[in-house]
Amino acid sequence: MAEYLRRMPNDGQSFTQTRSIWAVVKLDPWLLLLLIALCSIGFVTLTSAVDGDPGVLLRQSIYLGLGFVVMVVAAQIPIYIYSRWAPWFYLIGILALFLVLMMGAGAKGAQRWISLGAFRFQPSEIMKLAVPLTVAWYLAKRTLPPSPKYVAATLILVATPAFLIFMQPDLGTAILVATAGLLVLFLSGLSWRYVGFALILLVSALWPLWAYFLRDYQKQRVLTLFNPESDRLGAGWNIIQSKTAIGSGGWSGKGYLEGTQALLDFLPESHTDFIIAVLAEEQGFRGILALMLLYLLICLRCLWISYNASSMYGRLVGASITMTFFVYILVNMGMVAGILPVVGVPLPLVSRGGTSIVTLLAGFGILMAISQDKRPLN
Amino acid sequence: MAADRTILKDPSREARIFVDRLVVCAVFIVLAFGLIAAQYYKLQIVDYERYAAQSDQNRLQTQPIAPRRGLIRERSGRLIAGNEPTFLLSVVAERTGGLDQVLSELQSIIDLSDDDIQAFQQRRPSTRPYAPVPLKFRLTERERALIAVDRYKLPGVEIEAQLVREYPYADLFAHAVGYVGRINQREQAQLPEGLYEGTFHTGKTGIEQFYETALLGAPGVQTVETNARGQIMRVVDQAPSVPGADLRLHLDLDLQLAAAQALGDQRGAVVALDTRTGGILALYSSPSFDPNQFVNGISVQQYAQWRDSPDMPLFNRALQGQYPPGSTVKPAIALGGLQMGLITPDTAIPDPGWYQLPGGDRRYRDWVLRLRGTGHAETVQLHMAIAESCDVYFYDLARAMTVDRMHDFLSHFYLGQKTSLDTTGERSGVLPSTQWKRANRGAPWFPGETLSVGIGQGYMLATPLQLAFMTAVIAGRGEAYLPSLVADIDGVAKVSSRIDFPAIAPEHWAAVIAGMEAVVHEDSGTARAMSRGLTYRVASKTGTAQVIGIGQDEEYDETTIAERHRNHGLFVAFAPVESPSIAIAVIVENGGGSSSAVPVARSVLDTWFSDPANRVPSTQEVAERG
Repeated sequence: MAEYLRRMPNDGQSFTQTRSIWAVVKLDPWLLLLLIALCSIGFVTLTSAVDGDPGVLLRQSIYLGLGFVVMVVAAQIPIYIYSRWAPWFYLIGILALFLVLMMGAGAKGAQRWISLGAFRFQPSEIMKLAVPLTVAWYLAKRTLPPSPKYVAATLILVATPAFLIFMQPDLGTAILVATAGLLVLFLSGLSWRYVGFALILLVSALWPLWAYFLRDYQKQRVLTLFNPESDRLGAGWNIIQSKTAIGSGGWSGKGYLEGTQALLDFLPESHTDFIIAVLAEEQGFRGILALMLLYLLICLRCLWISYNASSMYGRLVGASITMTFFVYILVNMGMVAGILPVVGVPLPLVSRGGTSIVTLLAGFGILMAISQDKRPLN
Repeated sequence: MAADRTILKDPSREARIFVDRLVVCAVFIVLAFGLIAAQYYKLQIVDYERYAAQSDQNRLQTQPIAPRRGLIRERSGRLIAGNEPTFLLSVVAERTGGLDQVLSELQSIIDLSDDDIQAFQQRRPSTRPYAPVPLKFRLTERERALIAVDRYKLPGVEIEAQLVREYPYADLFAHAVGYVGRINQREQAQLPEGLYEGTFHTGKTGIEQFYETALLGAPGVQTVETNARGQIMRVVDQAPSVPGADLRLHLDLDLQLAAAQALGDQRGAVVALDTRTGGILALYSSPSFDPNQFVNGISVQQYAQWRDSPDMPLFNRALQGQYPPGSTVKPAIALGGLQMGLITPDTAIPDPGWYQLPGGDRRYRDWVLRLRGTGHAETVQLHMAIAESCDVYFYDLARAMTVDRMHDFLSHFYLGQKTSLDTTGERSGVLPSTQWKRANRGAPWFPGETLSVGIGQGYMLATPLQLAFMTAVIAGRGEAYLPSLVADIDGVAKVSSRIDFPAIAPEHWAAVIAGMEAVVHEDSGTARAMSRGLTYRVASKTGTAQVIGIGQDEEYDETTIAERHRNHGLFVAFAPVESPSIAIAVIVENGGGSSSAVPVARSVLDTWFSDPANRVPSTQEVAERG
């Protein structure tokens, strides 16, 4: 009975304490502060990486501004609305993916976006949120941990969009979308036996994946990881250069905008996937630690919000968005430092980006919506 | 496990499970961040010295070593595409400290065209930073000296030795071997990563394009210590490049020369095949062009001149010229008639000099009607029909066969299809059928059109390569190999694939080939002039391809017709008849008739048989050997 009371909507708060300004605007102050700090560091680093190119910086500002607006709006929507609309959101995303695939077939090559006037929209980006929202909607209604029947249905829900994205072809995003969906399954209490079985399956699937599905350039990237010196002019070039940039930063770095011009020119894609090398070179290990601390705090804050969510739906969604964000960081930082293969994953909220910035901040908006729906403290 | 199956939701239990998972996630996040931090610690703190030194670009630099492009040799090993050492002027934009200034400085020292500078600027964005970008190829001794003197004024300017493609026989092999050219922007975007470092050329046409991967090789890489000006002080380490594979072709220099000389100023093409292997012995299209001009960027004027010339030297007539095969297709159609049982070698067709479709009123004339006022003979049989190229005989045979059966049978000769294994740009010609006409002309087939196809006119088109192959199929009596240029790659023989050909009775082959032999060796043959002084036996067929349509009552009079409207002369042949080794097809554009093509073929065949290896034993020698 006490459990039941604990789960009552927290409207009792209004007479026990004055409603804080954050409850009125429905934002989480800590998360907001951390995100602003992260985006600021990101923007400053990008300024150095693109050598002050006003065009790039303006675009980045617009996307960041748009992202924050979307985040605030997303935070205002009660979490049960997300639950209600998630499946429709998902279906529209699937249709859009089909559309992109058909257009791509016409354009004789990879196409990932749909043009809406001047605005390009990538359905695969939408799926990064739609998949966890939908899987959580599906599982939250069931008895947890989910029985095999529901696990199977969930796998289909995850595999369909992942496969469509893989066909674009965009292996990196396909993996991220699948990861987001599978994380919900994991969080919902999927038996460890299944987890172990899946891991074994994954490892044994690596060989056929390698032999039949990976393209030559993708194989090359993996091989290069183990021995970048083997291909110093081709795929190994990026890794060698980024490691050199990072390593030469030392403890305190070469100073803002002081990254040796030469080195910056040598650095591949310094404004997108490899931007952390710019930070590492200019700000040194200190800067890297500061950035990682910021990321760590954001992740932990988000896990805390998920922990306090009153509904199972909110918990699953919150934690999976958080973990997806973390996977981005892990893959990007690992790749640039040469411990993971080069897959095109940007450093979240720091790399130059477009739709991805908006998607990420929309995710944090959903987390803030979840934070408004917390269970009362004991 | 039993608890998992309960129907009722148990919120507190579910929350506990979730929290457990959340803790797992949190621990994983902290561990992963720790691991990444450790890697950055290793790079930035432990290995700092090493990377700091490496980042000092003035000291160590990684450079590609371009591979040597594979050599191309003709049949007996004579070099037809080699590499010539040249000097290349290149600029490292990042080191110039003012690119425009250095470029204008260079312009005041040596001859540097705006084209050169424009090409340089286009090449720049696609190269790595600090990579030398080529500005001018093939520096002269004088230019090298001038730059050396003013070197101090030219930071970032480098002179490198480089091997550049050279075609010693200039225009002789242009259409067969093709050429390399500088990599353009579009190609740059599609190049495989890393393979073209230090290489500025790629195969654009012909063998050079088709075998690009093999010819290219793989670049090596060296680490060099340079001074602040970018000059190499010391080579620290080096992994050598892998040279490209050398190719040996079936092409024979002497046959190419004979073909080029025999064609002279005439427009036309010659293709000769080794009937035993499918090897292309000669492939010449006249007029030709000098491929060396393309290697380092052709001048705008030269290119415009070739492109706009009415003689079209860049047009590869041997592979891309599609001509009505005319009477050269008659032996193949005769074989079809024999195989289908429509005729026997003894079937006699009445020949008044013209032919009329049953119920039609149009008269389809034989070519001799204008000369003799009558047909070849009262009745014509297969032997005479081929030897004298009787049109009436083939009008009748075509009508009996129908166009679709003709299409199906001639398909076995690869007419209407690409034949070659390793040429670029080959056209497939046209082998018409009712279905083809419906699809391409949107109209039904008319019976009269079948008659035109029966004598190789109308919609039917074939390339000289296809005609040579058709002849090779007859020479081998159905045993033939698809045409190919390359004989071996780095000494490893390449074997062509054998075609499937329907079974045909030996006496039918013999009847058709005897007719073809009569073309030269009997007094009534259409190419009897060729027999003079001939030391080997030839089976052949003459042909004439109409350039303009002649109305029913008009006369074709060569003397009154503009040169460009004259008929094309065609000739196909194989020899020796007893054991064929070579098949040839010749076309002379606007040559008037086959008499223009016959001497060209004779010259090439004579050259082939003058080589002791190909010489036919005379009947006397055969008798002596017993």
